[in-house]
Amino acid sequence: MSATQQLLIIEAGRSERHYWRDLWRYRELFYFLAWRDILVRYKQTVIGLAWSLLRPFLTMLVFTLVFSKLAKLPSGNVPYPILIFAALLPWQFFANAFSEAGNSLINNSNMISKVYFPRLVVPASAVIVSFIDFLISGIILVGLMAWYGYMPDWHIVLLPVFTLIAFAASMGAGLWMAALNVKYRDFRYIIPFVVQLGLYVSPVGFSSSIVPEKWRLLYSINPMVGVIDGFRWSIMGGEAQLYWPGFFLSIGLVTVMLITGIVYFRQTERRFADLI
Amino acid sequence: MQPAISVQNLGKRYVLSHQFQERYTALRDVVSNGVKKLADKLRHPLTAPAEDPTHEEFWALRDVNFEIQQGDRVGIIGRNGAGKSTLLKILSRITEPTCGQIKIKGRVSSLLEVGTGFHPELTGRENIFLNGAILGMSKAEIARKFDEIVAFAEVEKFLDTPVKRYSSGMYVRLAFAVAANLEPEILIVDEVLAVGDQQFQKKCLGKMEEVGKEGRTVIFVSHSMPTVTSLCDRAILLESGRVAKMGPTSEVVMHYYTSGQASPASADFSAKYVGDSKVRLLKGDIKNSKGGVALETRIDEPVVVEMAFEILEKNVPVLVPNFHFYTAGGDCAFVSHDTGMQYLAQGKYVSKCIIPGNFLNEGSYFVGMAISSFSPTTAVHFYEKSCLSFNVIDPHEGIITRPNHAIPIPGVVRPYLAWEVAAL
Repeated sequence: MSATQQLLIIEAGRSERHYWRDLWRYRELFYFLAWRDILVRYKQTVIGLAWSLLRPFLTMLVFTLVFSKLAKLPSGNVPYPILIFAALLPWQFFANAFSEAGNSLINNSNMISKVYFPRLVVPASAVIVSFIDFLISGIILVGLMAWYGYMPDWHIVLLPVFTLIAFAASMGAGLWMAALNVKYRDFRYIIPFVVQLGLYVSPVGFSSSIVPEKWRLLYSINPMVGVIDGFRWSIMGGEAQLYWPGFFLSIGLVTVMLITGIVYFRQTERRFADLI
Repeated sequence: MQPAISVQNLGKRYVLSHQFQERYTALRDVVSNGVKKLADKLRHPLTAPAEDPTHEEFWALRDVNFEIQQGDRVGIIGRNGAGKSTLLKILSRITEPTCGQIKIKGRVSSLLEVGTGFHPELTGRENIFLNGAILGMSKAEIARKFDEIVAFAEVEKFLDTPVKRYSSGMYVRLAFAVAANLEPEILIVDEVLAVGDQQFQKKCLGKMEEVGKEGRTVIFVSHSMPTVTSLCDRAILLESGRVAKMGPTSEVVMHYYTSGQASPASADFSAKYVGDSKVRLLKGDIKNSKGGVALETRIDEPVVVEMAFEILEKNVPVLVPNFHFYTAGGDCAFVSHDTGMQYLAQGKYVSKCIIPGNFLNEGSYFVGMAISSFSPTTAVHFYEKSCLSFNVIDPHEGIITRPNHAIPIPGVVRPYLAWEVAAL
């Protein structure tokens, strides 16, 4: 036993040398926290897990009605519900992950102040929960495509790549929010606002091709534009043109957001227990 | 051999904010303070920024140095605010120190609260897995210990019931059971035993003793001197963030009492209402035979326990004062009541009980004070548990019940009894 005993040194400002190893050691906690959140969410509900199918489905119906029938926005040859759903899928994932991760530390404050574990586990498992919802919602998309007899082409193989980008965007933004929220509770009120506003400034209810060409690059500063366009591009194939400069701008911003998010989180996490 | 834990010059500083009541900072304040500072700087560019009067530094721990050897069971004692919890939080890596260094050898598990992360909606079974994972156990490890945990907690029948439907006792038992089955090399425990019924507390103490005997290091923080004395072989006394004394538990506990920090030899209840509509407790004192308040008494001298109380109503039943004596180990030594009580009119009274010399064994004792009545029905008007304490000391010199050697003599009492020997 003593041969494997590790020496742990605790000092002010000392970054944990074993942090990533610790994170690996606590890998099952990701699973358990995500499992808890999913289990708890549908306790004492009658239809249970069906809610995670029903919610996005109803949103899709409303969006289709509002944007295609009332606003009469164009969709090319693709059925409007598929256009909407290809965007709604990553957007819902981002919005849920962002707000769940942002509030995750506050919601688990009793754990933070009583037990040590790499704090990164908490927002990360919140993102994982949203990712599982995302996968479940994906079933609806498959159903829609079958209903309309719509066959995607080779572009679909790149979908996992775009999913990864969506994951990175959610994680980056979520980490920032989670860390800031511990110190400044203002962010608790900013989060729903960002989510609500983001829905309208992101090309969810419409195709980003309706944005005038000269504004496209500026529009792509919103990282979700790149993610959503990417989803549309891979699901709808040639029907949706990908605006490459904007797409790379979005990807770049997502990367920056993720890296700075991790750095900021690591810097502040040592003081979470004092602040929360 | 290298110590399991070595702490050097450890300090933890908190900045107290007087102006705001909120626990957290609002962005608005940061922005407005920043603007204010900038404006000040523009107006008086040469003067140094004034010390912010709304913020005050507070050292929860300062210059703390100690070493704990592997296999030691160490109690950390001290008054509220002495820095015990802060020390535990730093040792268990929940918060980081402001200065100093700690070296820890081995895997640490800390148990600062029972049932951390328990979710009320989840069933007992689900919570065992969740809580175990939070405490750092792997799924396989939990599965292996599952039966043991359930048996220890005595909740077999309720495994698939959400814990929100548990009684508080069941909840605590389950939570402790998970933690008790951790297998760390160093276990850090905070006051968790202050919950659950007596029987279960005993069980927990037993479990912790077992952990210590297996050669693992235990650090235990508590307010309860009896528990610390019975569980730990060494103790550290913290006093406003510094180590006041360190050494064998009995010495440190004694120091704690004599420095007037512990449950005292005299307690005044006039400010705090203890009692019911009929009678209330006013004051309790431990005195020596000369009538002075005394925390320490020689084993061959009597101890006088006094209780002042006030009868608030006319026509109260016959009130019977009774004292409950507990040993440092938490066992009841004896209970004594006034056998000759008559009806008393409204007014203030003092009850006195004399424990003769050469009766109690050496050690620390805790006194609980109560008044009961037995007609028309049995009623307890108040019971203030372990509100007083005293030490019986054996100076070894000239003590008749002490033979000519210095080994401790076991037992709650060490009475001076009549002995005879006759030839057969």
